[in-house]
Amino acid sequence: MANIPQKVVHDYLRHDKKFPHVWCAGCSNGIVLGSIIRGVASLEIDRDDIVMVSGIGCSSRMPVYVDFNTLHTLHGRAIAFATGVKMFKPHLKVIVVTGDGDCTAIGGNHLIHAARRNLDLTVILINNNIYGMTGGQASPTTPHEAIATTAPYGNIEPDFDICKLAMGAGATHVARTTAFHTQEVQKMVVDALTHPGFSLIEVVSACPVIYGRLNKKGGPSQMMKEMRDNSIPLSAADKLPPEKVEGKIIRGTLIKEVKPEYSEMYADLLKRVSAMGDEE
Amino acid sequence: MPSKVQKGKSGMIIREEDIPEKMEVEITEVKDPGDLSSPVWIYYNWCKKCGICVAFCPTGCLGRRADGSPYVANPEKCIHCETCDRLCPDFAITGAKDR
Repeated sequence: MANIPQKVVHDYLRHDKKFPHVWCAGCSNGIVLGSIIRGVASLEIDRDDIVMVSGIGCSSRMPVYVDFNTLHTLHGRAIAFATGVKMFKPHLKVIVVTGDGDCTAIGGNHLIHAARRNLDLTVILINNNIYGMTGGQASPTTPHEAIATTAPYGNIEPDFDICKLAMGAGATHVARTTAFHTQEVQKMVVDALTHPGFSLIEVVSACPVIYGRLNKKGGPSQMMKEMRDNSIPLSAADKLPPEKVEGKIIRGTLIKEVKPEYSEMYADLLKRVSAMGDEE
Repeated sequence: MPSKVQKGKSGMIIREEDIPEKMEVEITEVKDPGDLSSPVWIYYNWCKKCGICVAFCPTGCLGRRADGSPYVANPEKCIHCETCDRLCPDFAITGAKDR
């Protein structure tokens, strides 16, 4: 085990894994992982009661490094596996860590149906605007006119608003923030873990090596500064005229409401049906 | 000169420089272990020299060497705000007071 005195985070890492981790220099995934760990640690949940599920992608390497129950599954199917875990063991806190391509392109169906059912999952969607691991292909969240290796003359597709998609599908807790705002990520993780129902946190993040180089965004610190300067809190955005808000990242909890939760309804159904069987 | 090539278990070709044990040795040999008595503790084995901690240090406590790695330039300026802790993607730095 590496002898490092950084508090909280190092306690939750698997030190038998190969460090330094796999992510490129300046990648936001590490920052988000640190914030998630701090959020979980502040809740003081037993780490054996947490399941972290991921698919394939840069961000989906996260469960490899943390000391929870972890599942590293098929591309796009993280939410499907997480549904299985939650249905079988409803007392566990299930965190799904996924990327923008993983969750909205390949696993788009799983996302909308998990949101529709209101199953108690915490989906942390790290949106770096590109498929980083496979070499920079355009993802559904690549902005219009941005460069990707499959869109060398600029992306002609309009991009997804993931939060609106989740809200439209019926998610009961949707929040958006950026990787720069680490305290906000931590607070939202705490909110999402304590929320009874489906919660989605979109964390806008920086990919300085693939997306940053293709689009000439500068180094990691320039991309972090851009996230800081180009985002506004929801409360401030409400007061501004719409032309000033356009093109900015709006941070904050967009929706939070309590609706019947799927695994609880399923347990009720089982009880009701087995009672019917006893009467006969 | 071409590097030494061998066949792995799955038939995949492995070059000598890709073998992980060798990489680990290289990393620990090059970097120094860091100074525990300074207000900001940097773990150079895990640092990837991205420069985020130096760019966002609010007081200018940290400086950047020619190779891009951070160092404690002005130890007296540290206010233990833990900004570097939170923004380090590699968990390789801490400015916490009670660590």
